[in-house]
Amino acid sequence: MDHIVIIGNGISGVTLARHIRKLSDKRITIISAESDYFFSRTALMYVYMGHMKFEHTQPYENWFWKKNRIDLVNGFVEKVETDAKKLLLKGGSSISYDKLIIATGSKPNKFGWPGQDLKGVQGLYSKQDLEMLEKNAPNNKVCNRAVIVGGGLIGIEMAEMLRSRQIPVTFLVRENSFWNGVLPAGESAMINEHILEHHIDLQLDTNLEKIISDDNGRAKAVVTDKGETIECNVVGLTAGVAPNIDFLKDSGIELGRGVKVNRFLETNVKDVYAIGDCAEQHEGIGSRRPIEAVWYTGRMMGEALAQTICGKPREYNPGHWFNSAKFLDVEYQTYGWVFSERSKKDNEHHFHWRHATEKICITVAFDKDSHQFLGLNTFGIRMRHEIFDQWLTENKDIDHVMTYLKDANFDPEFYKLYEDEIVAKYNADFNKNISPKKKSWKRIFSIA
Amino acid sequence: MGNFDRSMSLAGEPPKALNTGQKLAVVTGMIGLGILILQLFNLNLGNTALWLTISIVAIFAGIIWFSQAAYANKHKGIKNDGVWFKSISSRGVLAWMAGIALTGFYIVLYFYPQYLGLVKDGDNTGLIALFDPLSKGLSGNPASQWFVYGTMYTVAILAFGAKFIWKYRHNKYEQLRTVSVMFFQTAFAFFIPEIMARLNGDLPYYDLKNMWPLNYYNFERYRINGFIDSGSVGMTMLFFGIISIFVISPFLTYKYGKRWYCSWVCGCGGLAETAGDSFRQLSDKSKFAWKVERWVVHSVVVFVTLMTIAVIYSYLGNNTSKYWLTKTMFISGVAVILTAIFSWVMIYKREELAKDAKYGAIGYFTIIAVLIGMHFFSGSGNIFIFKAETLRTTYSFLIGSIFSGVIGTGFYPILGNRVWCRFGCPMAAMLGFQQRLFSKFRITTNGGQCISCGNCSTYCEMGIDVRAYAQKGENIVRSSCVGCGICSAVCPRGVLKLENGPEKGRINSKDVLLGNDVDLMDLVNNK
Repeated sequence: MDHIVIIGNGISGVTLARHIRKLSDKRITIISAESDYFFSRTALMYVYMGHMKFEHTQPYENWFWKKNRIDLVNGFVEKVETDAKKLLLKGGSSISYDKLIIATGSKPNKFGWPGQDLKGVQGLYSKQDLEMLEKNAPNNKVCNRAVIVGGGLIGIEMAEMLRSRQIPVTFLVRENSFWNGVLPAGESAMINEHILEHHIDLQLDTNLEKIISDDNGRAKAVVTDKGETIECNVVGLTAGVAPNIDFLKDSGIELGRGVKVNRFLETNVKDVYAIGDCAEQHEGIGSRRPIEAVWYTGRMMGEALAQTICGKPREYNPGHWFNSAKFLDVEYQTYGWVFSERSKKDNEHHFHWRHATEKICITVAFDKDSHQFLGLNTFGIRMRHEIFDQWLTENKDIDHVMTYLKDANFDPEFYKLYEDEIVAKYNADFNKNISPKKKSWKRIFSIA
Repeated sequence: MGNFDRSMSLAGEPPKALNTGQKLAVVTGMIGLGILILQLFNLNLGNTALWLTISIVAIFAGIIWFSQAAYANKHKGIKNDGVWFKSISSRGVLAWMAGIALTGFYIVLYFYPQYLGLVKDGDNTGLIALFDPLSKGLSGNPASQWFVYGTMYTVAILAFGAKFIWKYRHNKYEQLRTVSVMFFQTAFAFFIPEIMARLNGDLPYYDLKNMWPLNYYNFERYRINGFIDSGSVGMTMLFFGIISIFVISPFLTYKYGKRWYCSWVCGCGGLAETAGDSFRQLSDKSKFAWKVERWVVHSVVVFVTLMTIAVIYSYLGNNTSKYWLTKTMFISGVAVILTAIFSWVMIYKREELAKDAKYGAIGYFTIIAVLIGMHFFSGSGNIFIFKAETLRTTYSFLIGSIFSGVIGTGFYPILGNRVWCRFGCPMAAMLGFQQRLFSKFRITTNGGQCISCGNCSTYCEMGIDVRAYAQKGENIVRSSCVGCGICSAVCPRGVLKLENGPEKGRINSKDVLLGNDVDLMDLVNNK
């Protein structure tokens, strides 16, 4: 019987294991040094904020693994010997495999800043990072101020976490507007406002020069490229993540930034695969990047690879891009592609609508010539994934999207609806005469 | 942006500490509660009407002020910061103290009302006497322990309802729902019955929004006689009581799910949603708890059904000349209805039931059939081995008092706010049965957006593992779901939505995430 060994008990490794178990009787072992049981790292922030206990982040009860005959090993893999098909673990033990799956995820980026390894300087990715933050910043007496470096999703989450304990936060963002490499200008500007409303000291267009140590080797201040020195007790490094693959250096497995894989998620070595954040496609699929550190792509790779391993070879073939996040109190969803000014192609045009007073807006991207709908960003309005997936598949044009926008609304019942306002602005902007169609359950549920 | 105020207040601990406003609010509320407690010791405060007013106003003001201090300076949105750090909401010392105090209060209320000052054949004393002026003003009668309880219950729903509305001020669904439970409690449970009692002394006290089996006593002899003796008003109420079971509630549940009752109308639900909101995260989500829940709650339904059949049976005669409905006709009718429901479920809806639910249904049906059969062969005055009166008192003690009051509410701070609704309420079980088998209601999940964070499961007061469905992209069709909408509110990715749509395809099951390879989705889902 094949022994499938998975390194990493994150979403991709666990999804893979579950699907292999559904399809076969193979022996499955998952190795992790981070935690005994699978947990959802996307929820770590809620543990610090006191919304949840750590147990709540575990999607399966502890009996689940034994019942499904998935062996869990708490260990750290130091070396992979692909010729002998063997893993060497810290402490000297070893595990043999028939098929090996690398699903080790990411680690926070460090760009060689002076002082980046001082005490009190940390990223936020693993369970251990959370435990460290609890020590470094238990309250605003121990931590008088925190500085967060890096203007992305983890950075803003970390700011929200610290603010929930009334810890003053300075947020250094390299760009001249928050996340504007991804978000179009109007949206990015709106989130800037929202960050300031939450009493976060947002410093745009500012880089970290160095972190200064006190006598005990602890961070005591940062110096920015504007010459400012900001005293602080905690420095959060949240400038993105990189694949966590250092242990593979001498394994003979081809590495780029991540573990190089083909569309079947195979590495250059037979019977070794990589999935999730640490896998790197030779070329990005469609407009996707070669490495996608996103929760759901990890899942989808697990789902696809399980088929391959169980004898029905399947390419990893993700459908239309989508994603979501939450910026403090504003929910964000995206379907299809809406590029920022920086990476927008010439034919991509945007329609933008923003609410007069609330933090609500949408941006719809479409092709200038064909008017084909390309994608939508929405802030403060929930939209229905199924509907956009279908519109993208059917290459609908933007007029169609506007006409049937009410079908796509996914806000809770009784919420104020803005489709009429949105379509009115669309008509005014583009000299159109579209009247939005009433929401139809029939249309909605014919898809879902 | 460089001019940002760096001298931000450093006062205050992580979100477990109270701010100054909240501390003062606690003092105010406690003064109000203190007056009530002092009354227990029979202090004569003089002007009772004045002191009652001061007490209620202080409690009310304390709660509202507390909420204002907690939420007014925050942005609207989900703010569950520190819930698991606070003693009261994480089963800490304060929670245990509150739980024991509440439980003690219920025990005294149900079994020793004399300690609250209830005096038979004479003027009330103590706490109950404090409420006499209000009671006399409403119904003309002196207060009873139930009047005291009803008043406090209403105050709690109104004041904590205001807190809830403040907390969820970004969410229209939550606001409307809360206004609804506040209205039904104040009007239907509190004022209308009191006023009806004043207008028509013979009419039994009737909270119109309460229906059988929740008001299991509705078909007892004294109430039926009361209805019949009160002429057309009484007959209308009796008729309303019957059609609410067989027509109104199934219809509304078909259209909107059981939430129309459990989280928009019901008083137990009303208290759970308002005063109990701080405890919703305490409900047990384990599979074991779910198994216990299903067996216990359905056993209660069976028990209440048997008991009601026995009670009605006990006062029917054998002779058609006195009344058209005889014991035999009644029992036969019950047998026909139960058999019809059972067969309908087993023939048309069996796929929708889990295996153990099927066994349970068959088991219960057999028990009832055997007991009914015994009627025809025993020939004794007793139905079902036990006397109707024994069944009734057992139910009233075990379920009506201990379960719904002492455990159901007393244990809010330990077991969560819907213990009674989840494990004990026969009404919730019956509506849940309808919701599971025929209703347009479901919670839909938003394609592949779920990140399995677990906020939904944590804050589900009914102990449903919402995440287990959401991460599969599967609709949530559960008999226990009361449609409070909090899972949808706390979801950071907008994954969940309460919807009433077509029944077809309501219970779907997906194994693969939307957004994946179309062929892979087909392959895995159509295995």
